[in-house]
Amino acid sequence: MPQTLVQKIIARAAGRPTVEPGEIVTCKVDLAMFHDSSGPRRVAPRLKALGAQVWDPSKVVVVSDHYVPAVDLESAAILKLTREWARDEKVGAFYDMRGICHTMLAEGGHLAPGMFCVGGDSHSTTGGAFGCYMAGFGATEMTGVMVTGEIWTRTPQTIRVHGEGRFPAGVSAKDLMLHLCRTLGMENNFKAVEYVGPAVEALSMPERMVLANMAAELGAETGMIPADAVTIAAMRAAGRTVDEAEALSWRSDADARFERTVTFDASILSPQVARPHTPANSGPVAEADERRIDQAYIGACVGAKLEDLHMAAAVLKGRKVAAGTRLLIAPASTRTTAQAAADGTLAILTEAGAILLPTGCGACAGYGAGVLAAGEVCISTTNRNFKGRMGHKEAEVYLGSPFTVAASAVAGRIVDPRPFLK
Amino acid sequence: MSAQITGRAWTFGDDIDTDVLSPGVYMKLPVAEAAKHCLEAVDPAFAPGVAAGDVVVGGANFGLGSSREQAPEGLKVLGVGAVLAKSFARIFYRNALNLGLPALFFPAADEISAGDRLEVDPLGGEVRNLTTAKTYAVEPIPPHLMRMIEDGGLMPHLEKRLAAQRAAQA
Repeated sequence: MPQTLVQKIIARAAGRPTVEPGEIVTCKVDLAMFHDSSGPRRVAPRLKALGAQVWDPSKVVVVSDHYVPAVDLESAAILKLTREWARDEKVGAFYDMRGICHTMLAEGGHLAPGMFCVGGDSHSTTGGAFGCYMAGFGATEMTGVMVTGEIWTRTPQTIRVHGEGRFPAGVSAKDLMLHLCRTLGMENNFKAVEYVGPAVEALSMPERMVLANMAAELGAETGMIPADAVTIAAMRAAGRTVDEAEALSWRSDADARFERTVTFDASILSPQVARPHTPANSGPVAEADERRIDQAYIGACVGAKLEDLHMAAAVLKGRKVAAGTRLLIAPASTRTTAQAAADGTLAILTEAGAILLPTGCGACAGYGAGVLAAGEVCISTTNRNFKGRMGHKEAEVYLGSPFTVAASAVAGRIVDPRPFLK
Repeated sequence: MSAQITGRAWTFGDDIDTDVLSPGVYMKLPVAEAAKHCLEAVDPAFAPGVAAGDVVVGGANFGLGSSREQAPEGLKVLGVGAVLAKSFARIFYRNALNLGLPALFFPAADEISAGDRLEVDPLGGEVRNLTTAKTYAVEPIPPHLMRMIEDGGLMPHLEKRLAAQRAAQA
């Protein structure tokens, strides 16, 4: 039977020649990642209670990114526990306050096409940008993975998203994903999303990671982009040796069956904004009615990579953040910060009045610096705007691209970034 | 997972997300503390008022968002006996069953009113509304999960598996 990419990876991980959608199989895990919030803090006591050992520490990646840096005794204790567990278990890699988990997997060269990966975070789908299967799971299931090295899945149907055309200036992968949250909805549970077509192939790896990341908002189990020259270059840049033919072989068969194929034309996309309180409440930026903002936030795995900072700098160069508005920027990794410092991006951002925050998940999930008070309005490059997500339940969070967030910071209200790029 | 659950219904709409179930600002607290804020953004009376055996009835895509297990765990800590919803987000569904909190697909959610007395039999696949005297068959829990659920959740299931391995090695 012809196979989709996700079927091929699941079949390999399950030790089967093929699998069909709907089939429930047990897969061997190639890589397991968790962070300070979902990881050792919740998994270690369970392992202890079971008297169990980690099945293969070399396949475990631990990242402290949620409670960094420590701001009180609780967060300090969580980080200490994470540090000590990673050390004692001799895990394959431990990134302590170096960046956000999904960014670190890419930077650290941990991902390759065809791998079967699990993560203790819903945005683990991000890994699929490298042509692998990666999905999010809760702490008890991650404990199960630590003990057995295995996990069950029901082989997903695949929704293929095919993009024609090129993204216009001032329009990014984030705008596409906000658009898809509305048009595909957020209830594609237990399904895979595969992004293909010239519009996708033209995207850089950081932009592809946005597509895979926000497959989580679509409700999908995983979001994948078949490997090509961009994937191979990104893996090599991260220090991985690549068997090109093997990497490129991980793609859906030409006659594979998809649940459906959805097409989009990137060339007619415009900047999108999601209004409170769901990413599905999206539309062209004008629908935000030039809402006045208190805070603009550039952060998170999805929205604070080097390329995202470049988008913000393109808007902010020679401009100032509006009086009465604060622009907070939490780069996705310390390497991102270093690169942005080296190439002059950081100076553009800070000269515009941006306030630089520590690397980490920060205010995105309401854990770190930059949370909102009741009644405050924020536009953010993050991926979710549910009630209470970024702080008080009476705060309003709008989502947009780094272009849109930067332009809104300058205007003090939510505006179209394209006039700022001329 | 107990065979029979009896309690009052707490009804919610579509798209109840993990940020309202377990708000991020309380995530560093112990689950019992964080649970006091469970659903407060949509129903402040829920956490203080919910009693052991009560049933949460939701609409479509219940539990969308984060992988945080504190979302179903908070409900369990508050005494919720089962969650019935038109549909569940994938990670919430897996998390709930792993923790031994029955999550049942229940298309007739709109027929349940807040405060109705419900009787839920998760293993038998039946919901009885004692207030309206209506009985509903619900989609049974998938067979591959039944063994884990019969063991009481993933942790007891793992314990059993490890004990069997150790016995085989002894």
